[in-house]
Amino acid sequence: MNSHDDLIRDLARSTDATPGKLTELRARLAAAAERDGILDIAYRVVDSPVGALLVAATELGLVRVAYASENHDAVLQHLAERISPRILAGPARLDPVARELDEYFDGRRQSFDVPLDWRLSAGFRSTVLHHLPEIGYGHTASYAAVARLAGNPKAFRAVGSACATNPLPVIVPCHRVVRADGGLGGYLGGVEAKRTLLTLEAAA
Amino acid sequence: MSVKQPFERVVADHGRTVLRVCRAVLGPVDADDAWSETFLSAMKAYPDLPADANVEAWLVTIAHRKAVDVTRARGRQAIPTDDLPPIPASAETEHDDDLADALAHLPHKQKQAVAYHYLAGLPYNQVAAILGGSADAARRAAADGIAALRRTYPGAATRKGKTR
Repeated sequence: MNSHDDLIRDLARSTDATPGKLTELRARLAAAAERDGILDIAYRVVDSPVGALLVAATELGLVRVAYASENHDAVLQHLAERISPRILAGPARLDPVARELDEYFDGRRQSFDVPLDWRLSAGFRSTVLHHLPEIGYGHTASYAAVARLAGNPKAFRAVGSACATNPLPVIVPCHRVVRADGGLGGYLGGVEAKRTLLTLEAAA
Repeated sequence: MSVKQPFERVVADHGRTVLRVCRAVLGPVDADDAWSETFLSAMKAYPDLPADANVEAWLVTIAHRKAVDVTRARGRQAIPTDDLPPIPASAETEHDDDLADALAHLPHKQKQAVAYHYLAGLPYNQVAAILGGSADAARRAAADGIAALRRTYPGAATRKGKTR
């Protein structure tokens, strides 16, 4: 063996910290960044009956909820480009929404009251999304009915695209929008997830 | 066009190497603070970093400055330690102490050149940009450092006798 390479390897090993140390330092960094006001986006991943949900919040509020099928890495990259790359996994800011989601999936919560940052939706789509919480827990509404709620009865296709691009699914209940003929319609988290949410709400 | 990754990715990709560099230059006791300050400063400046910048070289440069600050602060607080052994690394004895000792005793320039080239993998022109001076001087400092480690660290010579 080459003793030079051995020495370098020993050097790397002797200066290597334990994995626990890095975890501790990363948590400390997230706390310090929050304290200094430079943590533009904090995120964590919450387990749920509809799979792993990424939840991300700015200092204003919850800005993104994403299903695993949307690819969490791609979603974070998109947030870096759209809002800011100063993004860290930082559980503290997401504690309230994680707790509310747990309660919701346990059937103990019917609406969410965490602050929301709506900046990822705009125009008529945003108007549509703002009206969705008016469809109560356990109820559904047709795309046409939501178009009327949003003040443009002819715009039921736009309602469909607003739901398909909802940056805050589950929290902003686009899963309660279904087809007039009783069919489930599409869902950005997959039809199975939509069925799971509606079944959960119907049972509670 | 290259796009900037979430900072979490930067920490995940480079956190371990930067901690190694901090530990090599400062020892394990002061390394944690230097690491924290490095990544906090880096995160502040991150939006302004050119998208095609060499992130690792940038981080090591920041870590170098933080380590210089820590070393100066330590110098103000303590008795000059030229003739004294370094502060023992409490609760960090799981590693090769002989080598850590040998490294701690190297002159600053050699220690830095070894850390930035061999641990962080920076080419000598980048090491020189951080330390000042020429790439040749950086190469010599690293070579002298390695030669000194080889003389004082018995592990490299008697490797077969070691159990780990």
